[in-house]
Amino acid sequence: MDMQLTADEVAFRKEVRSFIRSALPTQIRDKVAAGGYGSRDEMIEWTRILHAKGWSVPHWPVQWGGTGWSPMQLAIFDDEIQLANAPQPLAFGVNMLGPVLYTFGNEAQKARFLPRIANLDDWWCQGFSEPGAGSDLASLKTSARLEGNAYIVNGQKTWTTLAQYAEWIFCLVRTDPESLQPGRKKQEGISFLLIDMKTKGITVRPIQTIDGGVEVNEVFFDDVRVPVENLVGQENRGWDYAKFLLGNERNGIARTGATKEKLRRIRQLAQNGYEGGPPRAHDRRFMEKLTAAEIELRALEITQWRVLARVAKNPKGKPDPASSILKIKGSQMQQCATELLLEMAGPYAMVRKSSASDAHNQPPVGPEWAAVTAPQYFNYRKVSIYGGSNEIQRNIIAKAILGF
Amino acid sequence: MNFDLSEDQQLLKDTFERFLKQTYGFEQRKAACAKPEGWSHDIWREMAEIGLTGLLVPEAHGGFGGGKVEAMVALEALGSALVVEPFLPTAVLCAHLIAKHGTTAIAEEYLPKIVDGSALLALAHMERQAPLDPANVATTAKPSGDGYVLNGEKTLVLHGDSAQALIVSARVAGNQTDRAGIGLFLVDAKASGLKRQAYATQDNGRAAEISLYDVPARALGEAVAKDGLLALEATIDLGMACICVEAVGAMAALHALTVDYLKMRKQFGLPIGAFQVLQHRAADMYIALELARSMAISAMMSTDEPDAHKRHQAIAAAKVQIGRAGMMLGEEATQLHGGIGMTMEYASGHYFKRLTMIDAQWGDADHHLGQLARQGSLLSD
Ligand SMILES: Cc1cc2nc3c(=O)[nH]c(=O)nc-3n(C[C@H](O)[C@H](O)[C@H](O)COP(=O)(O)OP(=O)(O)OC[C@H]3O[C@@H](n4cnc5c(N)ncnc54)[C@H](O)[C@@H]3O)c2cc1C
Repeated sequence: MDMQLTADEVAFRKEVRSFIRSALPTQIRDKVAAGGYGSRDEMIEWTRILHAKGWSVPHWPVQWGGTGWSPMQLAIFDDEIQLANAPQPLAFGVNMLGPVLYTFGNEAQKARFLPRIANLDDWWCQGFSEPGAGSDLASLKTSARLEGNAYIVNGQKTWTTLAQYAEWIFCLVRTDPESLQPGRKKQEGISFLLIDMKTKGITVRPIQTIDGGVEVNEVFFDDVRVPVENLVGQENRGWDYAKFLLGNERNGIARTGATKEKLRRIRQLAQNGYEGGPPRAHDRRFMEKLTAAEIELRALEITQWRVLARVAKNPKGKPDPASSILKIKGSQMQQCATELLLEMAGPYAMVRKSSASDAHNQPPVGPEWAAVTAPQYFNYRKVSIYGGSNEIQRNIIAKAILGF
Repeated sequence: MNFDLSEDQQLLKDTFERFLKQTYGFEQRKAACAKPEGWSHDIWREMAEIGLTGLLVPEAHGGFGGGKVEAMVALEALGSALVVEPFLPTAVLCAHLIAKHGTTAIAEEYLPKIVDGSALLALAHMERQAPLDPANVATTAKPSGDGYVLNGEKTLVLHGDSAQALIVSARVAGNQTDRAGIGLFLVDAKASGLKRQAYATQDNGRAAEISLYDVPARALGEAVAKDGLLALEATIDLGMACICVEAVGAMAALHALTVDYLKMRKQFGLPIGAFQVLQHRAADMYIALELARSMAISAMMSTDEPDAHKRHQAIAAAKVQIGRAGMMLGEEATQLHGGIGMTMEYASGHYFKRLTMIDAQWGDADHHLGQLARQGSLLSD
């Protein structure tokens, strides 16, 4: 038993840290630190910086641009990205589609798409959820009918994150309509298609979320022709690939580094105080809440190492159901940090930024950072909904670990 | 990073678990609790035979020479069986103090007896005016002949009722709350002037109030005779880490008991575990348990951290997490069992009580959270 990083791992962390911190453009860092996201161009800029270093898809096979790092090194890299307030490389290509393609795709698909993902030449989005198929994803209805050498796709996807930026979408579609009949397994009629967003018949409609932002969309498909070579793996086996993808999605889901960085910032604000309020460091109740969050984050971080140590022993094994703990607690901790920030802002959390300053070019009301605390707090309610809601994660724990 | 036990440690774990399975079922424990002293000397002797009592005693004194991982293995097993025998005060707290700070004479006298199970010891450091502040010491020690005489009162001395000797903190100099001037002394429990009032604790433990009136005492060790507070604090931290691990053993057993019950108990024609609301509560208990386990490991691994402040922070943080988790699991397990969980006849309530008392011991979650909140960031780099 040993809870220390090895000397090599410590040196690795140092190397990664110094590269990321010097290479990350400051305007991107400041945006992420303030609770925002990089713009499309900024995401591309950052991905290409990482790509030039050979680090944009570190967990991929070396042949496709991976690094050959150990699971521990990969976790350290993730952590350092988050601690530095760097954008996480776009998950849809890097963490979701990439592994599906190099595991189940054909050679032509690998050669065509993988290098473009690694360099963010193609922005991918994820077309899984539908209005009638959320947690019960396998009930999806968007249909794909084979006609000659193309599938004709009809239906609707929703909650599609950043579809407005995307060049491509990977979709789950129903290729066997009979599979929805009673007595059949609905998982068995689903296929995995790659669709060019410029194809005729695709309409993207933005959805504004409660924080005022537009990061999700509805995507409509109206007789969209998709060449048959864009089918991944075998027809009607798409559910297997989706399960594989969702299993990978849960890696690194705890985002402990990002939460740590937020808690650090909260403590700094509490100690320094800010215009409009005495230092919160004197507020015992607040400091106890912050301390409790730090303790719980530590517990989560060690738990993540424990899961990782298990995974490292059997890297090719099935996803560890204990990662559901990381999803649940990780999302709760991310939300907890945004709650503390909201509380820190006090009454200045009320100010809606664009209405108060930007529009009329007037000076900001209250501290700059305070104006984003409420939108961020509202926005972060999403983390316990997507990626398998926390209720679904509890179902997984109940079934796969507790044996109910 | 590696969370595995070595082969030897795994062997030890198997031995302890097998032993407890044979000797420490719920009924056997009940019989032990019913004895006049509230625990069983026979079982204690057997614990000595399989090497438990001497686990942390250095090999030079006939012990096993175990370290923090061995302690962790033992305490988790003891916690899962709700062992009431005086392991913590004798085999951990006093064994540690004597091995680390005791004079050669005291070490030679007591350590072999801890190993063979014939010595029972207790640590008397709490005082009524401030039980959670080991530096608040009104008990005095005055030099007398070759040794000292002690005057004062100690409270909540765990297993102080049956101990043959006590390690007592007493002031040799300074004011009542000064950090300097606190010594550690060894007192024979039969010494003249020592009185004790024995009582039971809520979780079937035993304790005593101790009063000292001109009681003859020996310095535990040369260095700790004048300034023993740091040694005492390190020992209390070790004790806290140990009960954190013990709590994890108890929580894991209680959780397993609850999940089994949910699968077995039928209502409305179904096992109640078929109801999702109960599955989710069991899942939340599991999450709390695993986070608590992580913190207990961290606490135990920090016990030999040379920086006393860092050591205490890590262990107090674990005490917060474990205190909260223990209460949560205890309350939820009781609820999920329905009426049966309210009865003395059934094990779950006994786990609940032990977990509640572990939270209360050496400062509960709120106490440590309050202290930590005044001390700066707990985030690692
Ligand atoms: C900001 C955001 C971004 C997203 N991005 C994408 C994306 O890019 N691509 C994509 O495909 N999808 C995306 N999603 C969709 C996301 O995966 C779904 O929202 C999620 O799967 C939940 O589905 P739902 O919204 O239909 O809720 P529902 O499934 O209708 O759930 C409603 C409530 O019921 C609970 N519930 C449902 N089933 C059960 C059950 N069996 N037991 C107990 N409780 C249950 C849920 O936990 C939830 O609390 C995104 C969602 C959000 C909010």
